[in-house]
Amino acid sequence: MGAAVDSSEIVSLEQVRITFPVYQAGARSLKKRVLFHGSAGKIGRDANDHMVIEALRDVSFSLKAGDRLALIGTNGAGKTTLLRAIAGIYEPLQGRLITRGRISPMFDITLGIDGDLSGLDNIHLRALLLGLSPAEIEQRMADIVEFTELGDYLDMPVRTYSAGMILRLSFAVATCFEPDILLMDEWILAGDAHFMSKAEVRIQSFVERARVMVLASHNLELCRRWCNVGLWLDRGSVKEFGPIDQVIERYQQFVAGVQPH
Amino acid sequence: MELCIIFGGIALLERQERVSQLGLAVADFAAALRLWPLWTRLGWNDILYRYRRSTLGPFWSTVNVAVTVIALGLVYSEIFKLPVRQLMPFVCAGLIVWSFISAILLEAGGLFSGSESYIKQVRLPYTLYVFRFVFSKIMLFLHDIPIYLVLLLYFQIWPGLALAWAIPGFVLLSINCTFASLAIGMASARFRDIPRIIASLTQVLFLVTPIIWMPDLLGSRHMLAAGNPFFHLIEIVRAPLLGMAPSTDTIMVMLAMTVLNMLVTATVFLRFRARIAYWI
Repeated sequence: MGAAVDSSEIVSLEQVRITFPVYQAGARSLKKRVLFHGSAGKIGRDANDHMVIEALRDVSFSLKAGDRLALIGTNGAGKTTLLRAIAGIYEPLQGRLITRGRISPMFDITLGIDGDLSGLDNIHLRALLLGLSPAEIEQRMADIVEFTELGDYLDMPVRTYSAGMILRLSFAVATCFEPDILLMDEWILAGDAHFMSKAEVRIQSFVERARVMVLASHNLELCRRWCNVGLWLDRGSVKEFGPIDQVIERYQQFVAGVQPH
Repeated sequence: MELCIIFGGIALLERQERVSQLGLAVADFAAALRLWPLWTRLGWNDILYRYRRSTLGPFWSTVNVAVTVIALGLVYSEIFKLPVRQLMPFVCAGLIVWSFISAILLEAGGLFSGSESYIKQVRLPYTLYVFRFVFSKIMLFLHDIPIYLVLLLYFQIWPGLALAWAIPGFVLLSINCTFASLAIGMASARFRDIPRIIASLTQVLFLVTPIIWMPDLLGSRHMLAAGNPFFHLIEIVRAPLLGMAPSTDTIMVMLAMTVLNMLVTATVFLRFRARIAYWI
């Protein structure tokens, strides 16, 4: 592992370690509880003797163009933290993390939605948040408006919208550009049936346009259908990384072993 | 650590082998400046949000200050035996500037912790949140200016060309407020007691700084005003509004404070920038 980085690697992690400091009083009792019963990241101490939770430990892998990675693991295994680290939100204090290209973090597509602004104003705001320039927004406006099917409602304050309408609006903006790296938390695939039938087509093309996708999900069927690579996280460490079928098989064996019927 | 920085989809440092903390901090600042359409919009939305569906909107802050100025001007001119025509413009100019400074001091603590949902969902430069915050406070400050203009008309006062000094003065004040906001925002994200401490200090500062009373009243103890940095922060804008160029002392103190403020904030930001997401 030298300094030279293969240019076909879109996402590359080397020995990435992410720890969260715990400042609250009573961390000691928390330590006892989580350390012995939880499946979450391990609890340790940093150099200054502060309590820390190790959310990711020595995570190394890389993704090339065309890779669709599924993050698999129990609650608290570090899937969301890993997604956020790739998104650049948590900069690793140890290790090396390189990403190349425009990232679309689809964690919370309703982020920045302001109920008192009109639908059109919200589209502008959200697109700005995603890093689109005002010119790019103008260019994509027609496409976004068409997908939302909201018509005249776009001039109304968003607080008058139903939940489904808000979802359509934010989803249309979130998928209006071509990201190089698409990061998705599983919630996004949990819309109602009517929305999903339309959204699925769009997600499919969105996913195809992305050079790399990372999806965190508990739905193993979905992982198998959408992804070709799997990464099984357990308490912040990589347990298995490889072809999706193999990783899922090992994971299922493990889960069956822990909870025999 | 190596990292390629992407802010909201904009690649800033395309594949550098070693990105220093300095490089990251500078890139953060530069990217935030470039994203001005976003922070002006967010900052303006913050104002609209606060005064949502009220008829006067942000002009409520104008009304607040106007009522205070009239009440204090009338009562204190009696107490200090000064003509209303002299005291009221002084109180008005001072209060407008002070309400800008105190809004910064009181609310900067929530700068990052209040943006948790943004910070944890999308990577944006941290200084963008600072610009958004200071921008909205500057907009509110501008809403207070008409009070002063009305007062000048009422008392038939023309401050003269010295008024032009108010612009560089306010720019210098805003630069200081920007640095201070970043430092306070970061410190408060880490230590949640800081906003409380600042809140008590701000109250005291209002009383001990010559805002509703004139510094001349201190007589031989004038150092009590001159030694107070907040006196100069106010004076750099207030003096021109009252028709005087700021004193050399005030300008020197302001310049020195700006440099100090910048050094301290830059050090903190360089050292702890990457920690902000972990703290909130």
